[in-house]
Amino acid sequence: MKTTKVAVAGALCAAFALTLSACSGNNTTTPSTDTGSTTATAAATSITVRGCTPQNPLLGTDTSEVCGGNPLDASEAKLVHYNTDNAAPEMDIAQSIDSTDATNWTVKLNQGYKFQDGTEVKAKNFVDAWNWGAACDNAQINSYFFAMIDGFNDPTGDGCNTAATMSGLTVVDDYTFTIKTNAPTSNLVVRLGYTAFAPQPDAFFADTSQGKTDFAKTPIAAGPYQIVTNDDTQIVLKKFADYSGKYPGSVDQVTFKIYNDTSAAYNDVVANNLDLTDVIPSDQLVGDIWKTDLVNSDGSPRWGTANTGVIQVLSFSPASIDPQLADIRMRQAISMGFDRSAVTSTIFNNARTPATGWVSPVVDGYKAGACGDNCTFNPQQAKTLYDAAGGYKGTFYIWVNGDGGHDPWATAVCNQLKTNLGMDCAVKDTPDFATLRQLITSRDKSLTGMFRGGWQMDYPSIENFLTPIYATGASSNDTDYSNPQFDSLLKQAAAATDASQANSLYQQAEAILGQDLPTMPLWYQNSQFGFSTKVKSVKMTPFSTFDFSSVVLN
Amino acid sequence: MGKYIVRRLLMMIPTFLGATFIIFTLAFTMPGDPLAGRCGQKPCPQNYVDWFRSFYGLDKPFIVQYLVYLGHLFTGNLGISNYTRNTVVHELAIRYPTTLKLALIAVLCEIIIGVTAGIVAGIRRGGFIDALVTVSTLVVIAIPVFVLGGLSQFAILKFNLNSIIPVTSNGSWRSLILPGVVLGSLYVAYVARLTRTNLVENLRADYVRTAYAKGMMPARAIGLHAMRNSLIPSITYVGASLGALMGGAIITERIFNINGVGSLIYRSINQRDGTTLVGAVLVIVVIYMVMTLVVDILYGYLDPRIGHE
Repeated sequence: MKTTKVAVAGALCAAFALTLSACSGNNTTTPSTDTGSTTATAAATSITVRGCTPQNPLLGTDTSEVCGGNPLDASEAKLVHYNTDNAAPEMDIAQSIDSTDATNWTVKLNQGYKFQDGTEVKAKNFVDAWNWGAACDNAQINSYFFAMIDGFNDPTGDGCNTAATMSGLTVVDDYTFTIKTNAPTSNLVVRLGYTAFAPQPDAFFADTSQGKTDFAKTPIAAGPYQIVTNDDTQIVLKKFADYSGKYPGSVDQVTFKIYNDTSAAYNDVVANNLDLTDVIPSDQLVGDIWKTDLVNSDGSPRWGTANTGVIQVLSFSPASIDPQLADIRMRQAISMGFDRSAVTSTIFNNARTPATGWVSPVVDGYKAGACGDNCTFNPQQAKTLYDAAGGYKGTFYIWVNGDGGHDPWATAVCNQLKTNLGMDCAVKDTPDFATLRQLITSRDKSLTGMFRGGWQMDYPSIENFLTPIYATGASSNDTDYSNPQFDSLLKQAAAATDASQANSLYQQAEAILGQDLPTMPLWYQNSQFGFSTKVKSVKMTPFSTFDFSSVVLN
Repeated sequence: MGKYIVRRLLMMIPTFLGATFIIFTLAFTMPGDPLAGRCGQKPCPQNYVDWFRSFYGLDKPFIVQYLVYLGHLFTGNLGISNYTRNTVVHELAIRYPTTLKLALIAVLCEIIIGVTAGIVAGIRRGGFIDALVTVSTLVVIAIPVFVLGGLSQFAILKFNLNSIIPVTSNGSWRSLILPGVVLGSLYVAYVARLTRTNLVENLRADYVRTAYAKGMMPARAIGLHAMRNSLIPSITYVGASLGALMGGAIITERIFNINGVGSLIYRSINQRDGTTLVGAVLVIVVIYMVMTLVVDILYGYLDPRIGHE
């Protein structure tokens, strides 16, 4: 009897809060996403998707992260569209993109393709948008993507065009334009599906705000969904009724709900408050908890996985920082000295696939086994090589960012190296990703041993996994790797007019990495996603975005 | 009294200025660079870096940055977030209603449950309820809020109460009940203990004994005499906790995905968004100063022995 008093007080408190909610129920501006309240809007289908706060204005040339990239991707159409299953480029706005010498390209557009404001997509919408995106004056984050176009004038090496236009782009007529590249670029077509190459409507050029931020709040594009509202709690996309392309959306409305924490989004999917999440927290992967959480009442799964163009590597510190790693035998010993499949099965429950090379299996030109024996677990030979190289003096560090859940696998790798090679290995966590990147780019002297690197492809080509990371002096060449033979193969491959010939040259270049081992491939990343009981047939693209043309409501 | 308030208000000025300097220094000497992870694995293009640094004034020496910030501050301009490119005033304005709602729910729980439990335990000292309150508050104080938050979410999901009490928030009152109760629970425990101790003490006081001796009914003796004095420390505590709660609750807001001031501060620290961080913390400093003043003034009214001459 006595205990009930406290309980009553608790109920009072809850009742009071409920009354408050009833009072504010009428003027609340946030649409309720509770599954319990399916109201009169049943005719219009809508789903909610995990989102996060975009870091830059929503422009194709200014978005390089997923928070802005995911909604933008659903709203844009580009010259080419990547196939959901195999990432192969398919013509979308373009009718054809042809070249006989991999340098002079003619782009023909499909006529009648419409922007979301009803205006037609014409050749000048591409040429003007690209010129604008490349120009230094506009300070766009993706300006360097246009660097292969002739006339991209970058004397200061800032990755942007100092002039307002690029001479390599010429409008021939409303539906035709030509691209001249400053060097042969055999994989140009594959690149043109990247968000930076999206066309911009006349409304974009009419916007006078600095950096086109007014336009970018709710940008007009040519894709299947239009961004109608964009605030700090959600980004709402409505189906574009006059969409002209071949990849229309299925549901009428897609709402990206902003989450600060991926665990909260995951819990909401489990509780059916959210329909789709593209991230499963790593603690839910252990023991496959997520697979038991996400099951329909009939036993069918509410989860899925997709191969994505992401590879994780551990990079050896440049010889200037850690001279002990200059000896190839040392690097081979470390790479052979631990069992990748043991880590992927015990730590990741096979949500990662052990890597045998530096290129993701989802892209055109992938060939297994480029790393060969150097990435195959062989403790005896590893120990022999390690001893021959004289052993590692001092503590060998594996540097990871502490905010990414990397500690468990890094510790597992370390323990294996301790056991198999007898080296003194320790994991170093930096507070966050930004700190790790700063240590790497500044070539900090403390950064000895190995550091983590992940690479997500910009466009699905074998070239994107090699040139930006391992070419001499490339922007993301964290290990200062340089091999003239490798560079020359990349050049030859870029100049090849035949795609299969280009791929075979890129594969030869990748094989050189297998001998030089500037970094150590760990595993290919697969994406995991979850969905509510409300939806089915959810598919994820190799870019870890949802394919909104396939989602169906139950 | 008027003099006292004016003096206190004047004292706030140097406190505030000192706080701006300390917070600004801490925020802008944080290791890390807002641009370091911004372009993923790739370094940002140099032209973007240059634009970014000049747009947000990060290319100027620290002291110049501080003086510029201070100059803007006096015109009510808290600067621009380098994460979203919105003004910091806007970032705060959209989040304060949510944080305020959460704080109110927490404080209401604090008052209703905390004070009630304290009073019941105090009157029946040594009884079952007293033991129950003492033990349960000890447990609540000992459990970290992220455990409590996670457990409560788990329980709600387990018993399928999610459609009544959502486990994550969209900013509505209903969705803030669970986080509000979790957030308030710690304060509930302190208020309950505070109320109980004071009541127990006052029940033994001479004036209460006198009241009984006069033949006063126990309800009146306790309700009118003992309670009034016993609640003074609790009221002070509730006031101070309201100040603390309005500064946002970083952990609770993250667990329940509440778009409040706490999660804004967390994001700012994580993304090296110094301007937003300084702006948000300064607002909290002001709230705290005002709340302390209000509590001090209130104290004078509740307990006439404490004067503010």
